[in-house]
Parts: sequence; structure tokens; C-alpha cells
Amino acid sequence: MSIPKIPIGEWVESLEGWLETNFEPFFNGVKIVVGNIVDGLADGFNFFPPLVVIAIFTILAFWLGRYRLAAFTLLGLLLVLNLGYWSHTMDTLALVLTASFISIVLGVPVGILCAGNKKVQSVVTPLLDLMQTMPAFVYLLPAVAFFSLGVVPGVIASVIFSIPPTIRLTSLGIRQVPEDLVEAADAFGSTSMQKLIKVQLPIAIPTIMAGINQTIMLSLSMVVIASMIGAQGVGADVYRAVTQAKTGMGTEAGLAVVVLAIMLDRMTQKLAKKNKKV
Amino acid sequence: MPIIEVKSLSKVFGNDPKRAFPLLAQGWSKERILKETKLTVGVNQVSFSIEPGEIFVIMGLSGSGKSTVVRLLNRLIEPTAGQVLVNGKDIVRMNKEELRQVRRKTMSMIFQKFALFPHRTILENVEYGLEVQGIGKEERVKKAKESLALVGLSGFEDQKPDQLSGGMQQRVGLARGLANDPDILLMDESFSALDPLIRKDMQDELLELQENMKKTIIFITHDLDEALRIGDRIALMKDGAVVQIGTPEEILMNPANDYVERFVENVDLSKVLTAAHVMIRAETISMDRGPRVALQLMRDRRISNLYVVDKSRQLLGVVTAEDALSAIKSGQTLGEIIIRDTPIVSPDVLLVELFDVVSSAKIPVAVIDERKRLVGIVIRGAVLAALTGNNEAEAGEPQ
Repeated sequence: MSIPKIPIGEWVESLEGWLETNFEPFFNGVKIVVGNIVDGLADGFNFFPPLVVIAIFTILAFWLGRYRLAAFTLLGLLLVLNLGYWSHTMDTLALVLTASFISIVLGVPVGILCAGNKKVQSVVTPLLDLMQTMPAFVYLLPAVAFFSLGVVPGVIASVIFSIPPTIRLTSLGIRQVPEDLVEAADAFGSTSMQKLIKVQLPIAIPTIMAGINQTIMLSLSMVVIASMIGAQGVGADVYRAVTQAKTGMGTEAGLAVVVLAIMLDRMTQKLAKKNKKV
Repeated sequence: MPIIEVKSLSKVFGNDPKRAFPLLAQGWSKERILKETKLTVGVNQVSFSIEPGEIFVIMGLSGSGKSTVVRLLNRLIEPTAGQVLVNGKDIVRMNKEELRQVRRKTMSMIFQKFALFPHRTILENVEYGLEVQGIGKEERVKKAKESLALVGLSGFEDQKPDQLSGGMQQRVGLARGLANDPDILLMDESFSALDPLIRKDMQDELLELQENMKKTIIFITHDLDEALRIGDRIALMKDGAVVQIGTPEEILMNPANDYVERFVENVDLSKVLTAAHVMIRAETISMDRGPRVALQLMRDRRISNLYVVDKSRQLLGVVTAEDALSAIKSGQTLGEIIIRDTPIVSPDVLLVELFDVVSSAKIPVAVIDERKRLVGIVIRGAVLAALTGNNEAEAGEPQ
């Protein structure tokens, strides 16, 4: 006797179809909002002459991390400009920042809920495991079904893939606030909201920042995958180089991604340290 | 009327904790209940009442439930059963908002490891209790500064907690607790994390503050010396239950059971017992008697000197047997042979201080009360006996 195959695939597809028909206005709304954020950011970066943008980033880097980070930012971005990937790199930056922004806006509150409620935590944790281990390509299909081709499904897939660290580390950061500080907040008659805002979040910030840093890095790692469904940017250049077996072009475009990655990573790390000192 | 009345307060940790009560009623031990039901009895049927202005010390070893008790009072831990009446109102039955008001206005807590908020300045830490009440910035800064001045930390407002020493950090904790002017201070091992010398300073300072504040203080400690120093009354806890409640002296002199006795046997008695504990009755004579009568009295009682007092028992001096004998021969009166500069102490002088006086005096030291009346004398042997823990010698009659 053979056990019949469990029709997981069919279930997922019928769920997808049901969502598509019943939540179309919602998906359209999301598409318009997210699309506008990405396009607005990209247009903003590309509106100014590249040297002005490079100067702004260098100043920001100097404020955060002094000479080394400023020097790296300046030279790295100049290299990108020189190689001719400026505009595409800015598109990618817009995509990454949008995905990270959405991840933070959604992830921090979910993390807070997880920290405060064991039941939420026990539902969310396996979900996060699934999101992080499921091959990222798999997200692309429903994302395209809901949002059609373009940059928006790329952003959504990036958010799904990169949001877990923000949720996990926000929850961890809050749970790691020393017990006696939580008791002190309670003993002086704080409401839950006062306790959260005045005590728990400020103390958890370094940990939350570490999560956000991871989220940004993960969403950057999604740019090439996102380009497979039409997201423009330097990821698309890498993808094209791969499909055409152009090692030189692949390396150049890849370097642009590396420059962005190191810059964003160091900047967010320094930001976290600055917060810790305050 | 007591400000706090605790009635059969219990806390059992675990699932469906009320299961433990019938078992406790059957006389099951904490260990047996834990083993067979996985329930932990934290606090078992504790009752006491505290008067306004009292320093009530709850003492016990770790695991005795003392820190749980103090958290049941402000419901940082939810009681399983029992009542906590504060000014007649039961904390246990309050809703969240009522409880919050009590925590904001009536009770403050001071923690063992200070529990200062590391991201806030000293001033902001002290302001916290006022801030959550929604009091305006100006007023709360004023009150917080007053509170900091009270603990001697003016000028440190803008520092962060980790820039201060442990003793100073706990002063901030104290200032934070006092800032909202509560009636009750809950102090959970507040001085235990400090080194001994600083700890003693803080105890003194607390007592000094208490002179003016007259707060009701519930002080948790595992340190008997600390309990004896600052407590008006002490509740001794073991295995979640109160074993004995009494003044420090009652606990020392009449330990309720073996447990208390073992607890107190290592205490440094010289810092607890006073002249009143070791003094014995003084043999006296009044001034209008002659030296013959004095000598006869000394012979009868087999003693070598007599304390001369007036009608209201005020001490005038001492006559020795030797002087009385020569006075009989030379026809002098008692007034002529009396030694007036006799060593005197008051009844509340600690043995540790008494020891010097007694060892340098040639005759027993007279103990006189605030109206200069003779209440007893201290002989050298009694002090030594008391210090070595010989009960017979201690059993003088404190009057």
C-alpha cells in the first residue's frame, strides 16, 4: 500500500490564486507605494551629479567613522563611477535601502511583540527559520504573481529574506535587558509603553542595530536574485555577465556590489557604536 | 493603625499553584512538595504588620523567601494567596491602574544591584518616578535635585551611573526612591553589594535620614549585624515562613527555636548588648547614715563598697570599706569620706565601649539613667562573661 503524496504544492498554488483574486487592491497599493519609494530614492541619487553624491556620502562616512571610512567611501565610489556603473549602483542602493527600511518598520515591532509574548515568539520563530532557509529563488514566483515583474517583487523578496535578523535581534535585545532594570521600571509605576520606550528600547538599541546591519547585508545579497525578475541595477549587470559568460564585466559589477556592501556595513556598525556611547 | 498589614501571604511557583496549599496544610515539607508536584513554595503563610515610621527588617539566608516577600508587597510578583493591606487597602485585589498609582506615590523600591538606568544621567534616573507620573520637566528637575542633595550627591547630576562608585550609585538609587516622596521604602538587600565600610556608612546615613523622614522602611537583608543595627523589629524567615518576629534584643535573648539560635550564635555580642544587659543591682546607702552602718551593710553583703544616693536615688558617690573603717576611728561622717568622681555610664552604652571604662576603673562602674539616678552597676566579670556568651552573667536585670 502506498501513501498518497501530500499535495503541499497544490495547496500553496491554490492559496496563491486565492490571495491574487481577493487581495488584488492591497497588492496594487503595496506595489504603488514601494515602487514610488524605490524610484524616488533612485531618482534622488541620480538627480545630483555623481561627485556631489560622493561628497555627501564621504562627509557622512567621516562623521560616522573618521578618516578610514571616509577614505574608503571616497575611493570606492570614485572607482564605481570610473568603471561606469554609477547609475546602476544608485538604483541598487535605492532597492537595498527601501527593502531595509521596510524590514525595520515591520521587523522592530514584530520583534517587540515576540519579546513580550511567548506565544507570539513560538509562532514567529519557526516562520523566521523557514524564511531564512527556504531558497530565496522560491519567493520570486509568488512575488511576481502578486506584483508582476519589476523592482517591487525584488524588494518584497528581499524583505522576506532579510527581515529575520531584525526581528530576532530586536526580540533578543529586549529580552536581554537586565531583570532588575525591568523591575525598577515596574516598581516606579511605568505603563508597558513607558517601560518599553524609556527603558527597554534604549538599552536594546546596540543589539537591534546589529540586527539591522545584518538585514542590510542580506538584502544586498538579494540584488542579483532580484534582477532575475526585472529589478534594475548593478545586480542586473552581474546577472547579464553570468548569462553571457563575461568574466570581466561580472567582476566589475561585482566590485560595485562589494563597495556598497562594505560601505553600508561599516556605516551601520559605526552608527550602532555611536548609539551605545550616548 | 498599621500602615502595612500582611495576612497569610503565600507564593507558590509553578502550574496550578493552589494545589500546594492542602499539601502544606497536611504538613508536607517544601522539598517533598517540589519533588512530587514540581511546585516551588516561595512564601508560606506570612503575616506581619508594620507601624508607620518603623524600620522593619526581613532577614533570612538565600532561598528563605525574603526577596519574594518584598516583591509580593508591590506585586512585582503576583501573590498566590493572602492579603497585603496598605493603609487598609488590599494591594492584591487592585486593578492595574490602582496598583500603578500605589507604586508611583506610596511605595518606592531600592534594589540590591542599584538597577540604575545606564542610558540616563544621574538626574534623569532620579527623575524617573516623577517622569512616568507625567509631572512637568521643571518640577521634576527641582524635586530630583532636592532628593540628590538629601543623599549628598549634588553636582553629579549630569554624570552617567557607570562613572560613579558603588556606594554613590546606591545613593542615587536611594535618591530615586525618595524623589516621589513615598510613605514606604522597600529596600531589597540594598547595601549587600557594597563593601563593608561603605555599607556601614550607608546604614548610618539611612538611620540619619530616617530621623527626619520618618518613612516606613521594609529592609531585606541576609546580614544579621545589619539587621540588628538598623531594625526596629526583625522578622526572621526560613523556608518561606516567618520563624520569629521581634525587636533585635528579643531575637538575641530569646531565640524562638534552634534555627534562630544558630543564626544568632555567631553575632558579635559586644556590638549588640548594652550596659543595661550586664548590670547588676547596686547596693546603696543614703547620705544621712553613719560610717558604722555603712560598714555593717558591707559586712552583711560581703562587698567592699557602697553607692551613696540621695532620696530620689540620684548617685552622689561611693564609700569603700577601708575608708568607712578609718572614718569610724577618726569620727568622720559619710560626707567626708565619699569618693565623688566614680566612673559612670548610661544604660545604652554598648559593651564594646563599656569594656575600656570597666577595665580602667578600680571599682564597679555605676550605670545611671538620664535623670542621674543609679540603676545598677557593672562588674568586670559580667562584661567578660557576656562577651564569651555566658548566659548566666548576662541575665542581670535590665530595669
